[in-house]
Amino acid sequence: MLETVGLTAFYGDFQALFGVDLSLRVGETVAIIGANGAGKSTLMRSISGVIANGRAAIRFEGEAIGDLPAAKVVARGIAMVPEGRRLFASLSVEENLLMGNYGRKVDGPWTLGSVYDLFPILKERRDQSSTSLSGGQQQMVAIGRALMSNPRVLLCDEISLGLAPVVIRDIYAAFPRIKASGASIIIVEQDIGQAMKVADRVYCMMEGKVTLEGRAGDLSRDAIHAAYFGVHA
Amino acid sequence: MNWLDTILQGVLLGGLYALFAAGLSLVFGIMRLVNLAHGDLIVVAAFLILVLVTGLGLNPFLAALVALPVMFAAGWALQYFILNRTLGDDILPPLLVTFGLSIVIQNALLEGFSADSRRVPAGSLETMSLPLGPVTVGVMPLLTFLSAIAVIVVLNQIFYRTALGRAFRATSDDMVTAGLMGVEPKRIFATATGIAMVVVTIAALYLGTRANFDPTIGPARLIYAFEAVIIGGLGSLWGTLLGGIIIGVAQTVGAAVNPEWQILAGHLAFLIVLLVRPRGLFPRAID
Ligand SMILES: Nc1ncnc2c1ncn2[C@@H]1O[C@H](COP(=O)(O)OP(=O)(O)O)[C@@H](O)[C@H]1O
Ligand SMILES: [Mg+2]
Repeated sequence: MLETVGLTAFYGDFQALFGVDLSLRVGETVAIIGANGAGKSTLMRSISGVIANGRAAIRFEGEAIGDLPAAKVVARGIAMVPEGRRLFASLSVEENLLMGNYGRKVDGPWTLGSVYDLFPILKERRDQSSTSLSGGQQQMVAIGRALMSNPRVLLCDEISLGLAPVVIRDIYAAFPRIKASGASIIIVEQDIGQAMKVADRVYCMMEGKVTLEGRAGDLSRDAIHAAYFGVHA
Repeated sequence: MNWLDTILQGVLLGGLYALFAAGLSLVFGIMRLVNLAHGDLIVVAAFLILVLVTGLGLNPFLAALVALPVMFAAGWALQYFILNRTLGDDILPPLLVTFGLSIVIQNALLEGFSADSRRVPAGSLETMSLPLGPVTVGVMPLLTFLSAIAVIVVLNQIFYRTALGRAFRATSDDMVTAGLMGVEPKRIFATATGIAMVVVTIAALYLGTRANFDPTIGPARLIYAFEAVIIGGLGSLWGTLLGGIIIGVAQTVGAAVNPEWQILAGHLAFLIVLLVRPRGLFPRAID
């Protein structure tokens, strides 16, 4: 349903992606792993429209969307949980969630109520400023906010960044329900273990290229290690 | 001299300054844009109302109602097609462009309407007044003040209670992430300036009916508006009203002591408040 075709991306003169081919099928969860600076976030920003690309480089449900701005991409059903959470500091928890469906109001499983069911602590904190929450709770708001648009595709960029292992486990515990709601998911992680557990397929990136792709169960630790660090362990 | 009366007149005058300032405050709060042509846009709206009143024989309030959508559209287009291009990390381009716009507007108005002093005729309302205990207040100053309060209440409702208001605040927090939510910042900014021009039109109604105006008075109104916004605390509309009142009272009290001191007293009050509270009376928590 979503694919990138020889995707390249630049920051000014600096090239960050060199011909990335990636595909996501309906209902699938794909993990993208790779070291810091590999280009994972750049890939997410390209798909979500934060970075403009060639029109044909990204296809979604049969249409070329590479040149669409972010607002048009989310309207089509691709929502992003950005790296670093990026909550709106002057909005309350509930207002942050409500921003999630600003540009895409469709009927679906996700409403304020079902997001609060998924993350009950957010209901208690609904009127608090988003900056007053713990890191894990902020991440829940960021995920809930993206879900509010009832996305067809959910992009999650390093949702475990800076969180304690028990908190990471809590957050990943939500993924079976997100999957069951019908969203296809791309999870970007540096933490290989967590990503492998939820993913059907894995892409490994290094220096702006995909170095390895395969079913999560089929890849050996050595192969991943080599693709991740560029050396044979 | 009746001090109570003087202070009351000052408070009511503060309502007019708050109307001058509310649009400026709104636009600055959302997109960190300082519009140096704001005062001239008030004068444009005043001339528009004047033309509608003298040309079509409309009542000034009806004329303002007709002018509202016109000014909203003009503000929307001004922001969308011109001012959006100046926004970025550098604060200089919007200052230069709006400064240029200010000069263009003044000269265009001078061409079209000459330098003569004008006034929007408001009939018997101009002189009507109400006895309020020991003092009497003019109906127009009272209406001005009540309009300022109404404008601030409505703007606050929009800002804090509607999806549009959430989008305003979210965009001002983080434009890129707002885009990920489906917000198109350029449209949000255009809508904000459109709303600011609605407030400008209301301000122009009272400016035009209460005092004489000519094409060159915009920058002086801009100064009062700036002072009200800054001593009120950037981003707080109630603060802006209080700022307007402080300047208004300082001016009327100054004028009561010595008519030559009116303007000076307003500026001095501004400086004194800034010395005591450098971030204004109601600074926003974040920034
Ligand atoms: N805003 C930016 N401007 C310039 N270079 C950037 C920017 N963001 C990322 N880069 C560079 O692009 C490369 C890929 O970065 P990124 O996509 O953030 O990697 P990852 O998410 O895998 O850590 C890195 O070399 C990084 O320094
Ligand atoms: Mg990253």
